[in-house]
Amino acid sequence: MIDVLIIGSGGAGLASALTVKERGANVLVVGKSYPTASQTSMAQGGMNASLGNVTPDSIQSHIDDTIKSSHKLCNNQMVKQLCEDAPNSIKWLEKLGVPFDRTPKSKVAQRQLGGASSKRACYAQDYTGLKILHTLYDSCLKEGIEMLEEYFLLNLITEDSVVLGAIFLDIVTGEVKEIRAKNTIIATGGYAGVYKGFTTNSEGATGDGIASVLRAGGSVSDMEFVQFHPTALKSSATLISESARGEGGYLVNSKEERFIDELLPRDVVARAISAQIANGEEVFLDIRHLGEEKLLHLMPQEVHLCRLYENVDPIKELIPIKPVAHYSMGGIDVNNNLEVTGLKNCYAVGECSNAKIHGANRLGGNSLLEIISLGRLAGKNSVGGDCHRTKNNEQIYTNQLQENQEYIEGLFEEYPWERNFYEIQYELGSKFYKYAGVVRDNTELNNFLNELRVIKADIDNMGIGDKSRENNTNLVEFLQFKNSLEVGEVLLDSALVRDESRGAHYKRAFPNEDDKLYRVNSLYWIEDDVLQNRLVKVVD
Amino acid sequence: MTTIKINRQDEVIEYTIPFKSTTLLKALFHIKQQEDNTLTFSSSCRSGVCGTCAVRVNGKEVLACSYNFQKDDLVEPLAYHEVQRDLKVNKQKVRETLRTSTAWLQSHQEANISTTQVQLTEKQTDCILCDSCYSSCPVLEVNPSFIGPFALTRAYRYTSDPREGNIQAIVDNIQTNGIWDCTLCGNCTEVCPQGIDPKMDITMLRGTATQFGYTDPNFQAMDFGFGGGF
Repeated sequence: MIDVLIIGSGGAGLASALTVKERGANVLVVGKSYPTASQTSMAQGGMNASLGNVTPDSIQSHIDDTIKSSHKLCNNQMVKQLCEDAPNSIKWLEKLGVPFDRTPKSKVAQRQLGGASSKRACYAQDYTGLKILHTLYDSCLKEGIEMLEEYFLLNLITEDSVVLGAIFLDIVTGEVKEIRAKNTIIATGGYAGVYKGFTTNSEGATGDGIASVLRAGGSVSDMEFVQFHPTALKSSATLISESARGEGGYLVNSKEERFIDELLPRDVVARAISAQIANGEEVFLDIRHLGEEKLLHLMPQEVHLCRLYENVDPIKELIPIKPVAHYSMGGIDVNNNLEVTGLKNCYAVGECSNAKIHGANRLGGNSLLEIISLGRLAGKNSVGGDCHRTKNNEQIYTNQLQENQEYIEGLFEEYPWERNFYEIQYELGSKFYKYAGVVRDNTELNNFLNELRVIKADIDNMGIGDKSRENNTNLVEFLQFKNSLEVGEVLLDSALVRDESRGAHYKRAFPNEDDKLYRVNSLYWIEDDVLQNRLVKVVD
Repeated sequence: MTTIKINRQDEVIEYTIPFKSTTLLKALFHIKQQEDNTLTFSSSCRSGVCGTCAVRVNGKEVLACSYNFQKDDLVEPLAYHEVQRDLKVNKQKVRETLRTSTAWLQSHQEANISTTQVQLTEKQTDCILCDSCYSSCPVLEVNPSFIGPFALTRAYRYTSDPREGNIQAIVDNIQTNGIWDCTLCGNCTEVCPQGIDPKMDITMLRGTATQFGYTDPNFQAMDFGFGGGF
């Protein structure tokens, strides 16, 4: 029997897998795409560690910056652990062969990102995530770690809240299969994909793991906190890394006037840009003054993306931009051991989880750190404790496999096609952006939540036009859409409940932080088919 | 309005796209979402970095998300891959070449790495594993076991890493169906969306192999009157 089943093959999943393997347990990584296709490949800017290789730095400064950026909504103990482990995580990656850039003294090069008090982000040009991910993948191949590609997570298998494994749709064959394991790590990525058309995220960032935890009776938290990246290309929502501003890029309006300190935290910069746009201005990123040589060396990807998707040459022209959904701070609620609240033998790590290190706003460079440092922690914890005490659970019978098979079967039988779910998905995406975006309003949120609930109840009138069993991407996209509705409902409800402004969550009518009422984590779970919530005070 | 043709195995179907040139991926999504749910292709990041959406257009490999379609383009799946459905291919088998070539850090050694040394393989580590190079490689037509360009580029990347303490292990593993089978035609270099030059990497690897005592078996096979195999 598998000791540890890892669902999701991005950076967090692969870092966990390598750690499980290092500790001598057997591990299986299962993902809906190929490992190197994951969201991690898109992370550009860098990975924080207070090495002080370029400017003086300390672990305490890293902790302070992270706490400050979280707007008092983080778990200080988790932040401390993360920041203390950061230099080790870089060392670990160095040992695997990650090609970080270097200083003239042959140390790992570090750059400035917004909200940081020092040049702290270790980078590999603007392909940091890509190069980390591919090196992890190469290492997994080296270690002979078994990876199953194109397996779509349907549901966790549970009995009395103990997770026994998970049920998957094998995308290639169309079969519904179960995989049992002593322990399960969920590393399925975030949910900013619900902002379809207004997100830097890939097509698959639909919160599949988060929705599966909700359905299994586990808890999620702080789902209202979604980070908007200030600089995505205006027409395609493609990300232009923060490093463009870190290296000295300016934000200017139609009059070519600067209007904000570009290195303030992302939420502040995103709101300033939104305000300009609301006033009828266009907003541009200006990196022309950095010069061709520097741009081509430090930001080759950005230059390429601008030319390709926006048809502008950033060496000579202004880059039209808008803020778009970029990162989800909330997610599966976990304790300090990364165990999922409400479930046993189940861990969550990476963007799908809420380990409470980002709080109300993530510091640039902390997400790559999280997937590596906490990815390793999840791997370590999953073999350290319960795993060896857990008995072989293959004998425990549940009818969940059958239920899932029947559900999928049902989708093939009927094709109401009364409503095209793709169209609804785009429509909802733009409404999430408009009503649950950079600036929020209770009436709008409430109306939209009601609308979303009507659509959710109408799901049986949508369906798949493709009736082929094998390689049915129409089916996968429909299942993703369903997950995004479940996750989106919680996002809207929690945004509605939080009558204050904190970090990435900003309400026009409540522009200040209200520590007395809302220095809380908003916890959501499903009980007797009803969504429940509770506000849990943050303890220092 | 633009028409494009898609090779869906059983037949080539012509589709009318109701907008002017934009990315091919957008056109594919339009067809799938508005006209025919059964059209099958792979994609993920939409920004040219996940390597998922490579296809062939008029015989040449492109990333669907990074290519602006033209009138009457013929879109086909990658070559030398098992076609699963329409434009979706099985990359699992091709990824086996990474295992065969053991393109990873074999044995870590402490090393001081200079900026110049990082730059030496900066391009190679930009690889997104889109398989375009593999699809363009004519050697696979005659030798399906050929390790192929991307795995060899990756092998080169690790042999050039100052942290690699056992270059020979990689070099040993890319002899059979490896570096000497390449015809240096340069197709791979031409189609790489990341501007990587596998042809040059393979040439470099040949140089490294020579240092470890390997010689070009093709050269050995040619008899220049010295009796061969001296």
